[in-house]
Amino acid sequence: MPETFTVFINGQPVTAGPETSVAALLLRERMVNRRSCAGQLRAAFCGMGICMECRVTIDSDAHGLGCMTFCRPNMKITTL
Amino acid sequence: MKTGSVTIIGAGPAGLAAAAAAAPYATVTLLDENPGPGGQIWRAGAGTTTAAAELWEPARQAGAQWLGGCRVVAADAHALLLENATGAQRLPWEKLVLAPGARERFLPFPGWTLPGVLGAGGLQALVKNGLDIRGQRVMVAGSGPLLLAAAAFLRSQGAIIAGITEQATRRQLAGLAWASLVSPEKRKQASGLFRQLRGVPYLTHCWVEAAEVQESSHKNSGWLAAVRLRRGNRRWREPCDWLASGFGLAPNIELARLLGCALAPAAEGRPSSIAVDDFQLASQSNIWCAGEITGIGGLELSLLEGRIAGLAAAGQTALARRWLKARDRQRHFARALARAARLDAELRRLPGDETVICRCEDVPLGRLREYHSWREARLLGRCGMGACQGRICSDITGWLWNWQYDTTRPPVTPARISTLALMAANAEKASSSEFIL
Amino acid sequence: MASSNRTFDLAVIGCGIVGAACARAGTRAGLRTIIVEGSLAGGGATAAGMGHIVVMDGSEAQLALTLYSRRLWQQLIPELPEAAEYRSCGTLWIAEHEAELELARRKQAKLAGQGVACEILDARQLMEAEPCLRPGLAGALRVPDDGVLYPPIAAQWLWQQAQNAGAVMRSGAIVTRIQEQAIHVAGGDRIQAGAIIVAAGSQGAELIPEIPLRPRKGHLLITDRYPGFLRHQVVELGYLQRAHAGTESSVSFNLQPRATGQVLIGSSRQYSHDRAVEPDVLSRMLARAQSYVPRLGDLRGLRAWTGFRAATPDDLPCIGPLPNRPHIFAALGHEGLGITTSLGTAELLLAQMLGAEAPIPAGPFQPARFFIETSPAGHA
Repeated sequence: MPETFTVFINGQPVTAGPETSVAALLLRERMVNRRSCAGQLRAAFCGMGICMECRVTIDSDAHGLGCMTFCRPNMKITTL
Repeated sequence: MKTGSVTIIGAGPAGLAAAAAAAPYATVTLLDENPGPGGQIWRAGAGTTTAAAELWEPARQAGAQWLGGCRVVAADAHALLLENATGAQRLPWEKLVLAPGARERFLPFPGWTLPGVLGAGGLQALVKNGLDIRGQRVMVAGSGPLLLAAAAFLRSQGAIIAGITEQATRRQLAGLAWASLVSPEKRKQASGLFRQLRGVPYLTHCWVEAAEVQESSHKNSGWLAAVRLRRGNRRWREPCDWLASGFGLAPNIELARLLGCALAPAAEGRPSSIAVDDFQLASQSNIWCAGEITGIGGLELSLLEGRIAGLAAAGQTALARRWLKARDRQRHFARALARAARLDAELRRLPGDETVICRCEDVPLGRLREYHSWREARLLGRCGMGACQGRICSDITGWLWNWQYDTTRPPVTPARISTLALMAANAEKASSSEFIL
Repeated sequence: MASSNRTFDLAVIGCGIVGAACARAGTRAGLRTIIVEGSLAGGGATAAGMGHIVVMDGSEAQLALTLYSRRLWQQLIPELPEAAEYRSCGTLWIAEHEAELELARRKQAKLAGQGVACEILDARQLMEAEPCLRPGLAGALRVPDDGVLYPPIAAQWLWQQAQNAGAVMRSGAIVTRIQEQAIHVAGGDRIQAGAIIVAAGSQGAELIPEIPLRPRKGHLLITDRYPGFLRHQVVELGYLQRAHAGTESSVSFNLQPRATGQVLIGSSRQYSHDRAVEPDVLSRMLARAQSYVPRLGDLRGLRAWTGFRAATPDDLPCIGPLPNRPHIFAALGHEGLGITTSLGTAELLLAQMLGAEAPIPAGPFQPARFFIETSPAGHA
């Protein structure tokens, strides 16, 4: 895998690397990944795959676990 | 000549030590949900830290297999059901070493659900996984030695540590310091951390009362803007970009519980752990447990427990016996530390009726007050019914009201339906082609 | 306790959805009512069930009871709290192939004959109605007025209605024995009542051993939230046959859209007392669901659980007085239809208790059919 590549957050190209998790990338970009069931903004919280707050659409997976998923070239991340 | 196979779940210090100890004598498979070995403490993004490699390398050379990036979603007496990013597999096991580590304990306060509020270890993990934190202000709050480690790491990555607040009193900490005299390793670690944190305000008997949101005109609208701190009668506001908050650790016991392993007796309101005998054997035959799962004890204890469990699982009881004394010494220290660590009763008053307790289902404290048990809160209030399966909120309701978490059922973590359809023993064949490592 | 020194007109044993509905009907009829619950109200089969409000035509009596009950639910809908999550999603009975579509047509004629709105969908209409289904299915019978709700909240609401009308609850009380007009609870206490309704689900068998109830275990699994993934409760047409095939364990395709956007996946049937989630049964059930809805495989399952349906040999509930103890009434054996038929059961029972005209024929539901000595002719 190349050292840096492009991933897409809501269609916008962003540079990322294979050592960057989706959750870290979204925090870096100050992007909130989801709304809670009552509509609150939520971002990564526990950082280790327990709390599930970092769920976000990764390619076709509507509830991808952002903190456990590392960026890949051309990955499509859809927030909120 | 190797006899039997040992499957080790969790590649933190305990799991790695087990793998290194067992690999010369048994066919070892080490698996972890992270891409590389190391666990939380030796996390290195998608790679491996030196400390992890020092244990893993000899194990690998002795033939141990690595299964990274896969989660155990269910298990029975014969096989584990594994899921990775692309597929699933039933993996038969003979001897099992469970070393799944711990998660952070979180206590609720107004604003704890805001983006920008994270676990202390959580923010650390995210920075290791690519979050750039240079020049940003971080408040570190909660309780326990993990706060110091997190703050020192974040500072080394360029963060400005606005302060560290520890809920324990200075007198309680003095008690801890006395306990730490038992362990020169701990003493060395602590003085090293304080050296790295020179100049950072460290406030005892102090905590975050609320996290405040950035106003709508700001570019980071909706994110954390500041925290409200309290120390005795003094209250003040501290602007920060991130809040890293944690109140110690809770063992990850779910898989062990699913496999029928008995709990160790726990004090009221404290997280449960798994009971083990002298050789780390759990109440179920052929299942050994090592590391934080048997009770929070830190790195040295985890390494010793892992080594004993690995040797015992590989049938090397005589070799394992050599390490019992050293393990017991570390355990004695860990128990003393656990006894001394207490959460201030005032912290229970932080969450208001509107403060969300169950983050998955947005159940506020006020609604939970209507219920009398964990089960009632689940059934009637949806508390704990979401994706984390109650892992975050049950710890809080246990601390608030001593509600008992009920039984563990498969899946122990959310998993694809296509994975769960492979749970049956006779589904083995269909699955083998689906797992892509 | 104050309640045990009073005399009640009616004592209901069990505060599941059937018991709660009976208590509500009792207070509405002006009866001084007490409900006795051993554990958590609504925490038994009520908590485990799917909450499908459905018209079922396994027999003439079943059709009458479910249709009547569904009508009662529809009257209550405007009053139900939002947390009861009622949704009028309708049921799609899926015909896999042409032969099953013929069965669907017959079912349609039968239901329409009873005034039930329903229509046959061909293959194309089915794909439009429920795009997640695999192509190649023959069609479906759509019953638009069926719905779903969240049973524990519905049961709690029914009980609160009774409570508002003066009913009292004796909670944490294990009933050890029932007599004509008296209930004995563990600890030696006695509760006096003019009439007793046993609505204790599978546990009813311990109190009325003459009724041959057997716990029929079921598995369910719920997914994370996927709003819009599924629109209808979708059930394979062969459900009834599969469900009651009498084999060791059976699974059938039964999918429900929850108000939360979650998908509830069912269902399985087996006679068992073991509460554990069985990997073998669960995985077969999920594989069957996936065979109808391939994309289901990519959804994340959050939680699986089991529950026990109280089953009778003829798959009809017992709703009526015991032949040898006429002041004791059974409201037992609802199998998988307890949520739907709770309201109808309560009305039918109260009519019998008060000597009023029964809203539907009560004969097929009489417990007497299982009491060999008192009804030697029996009912097959």
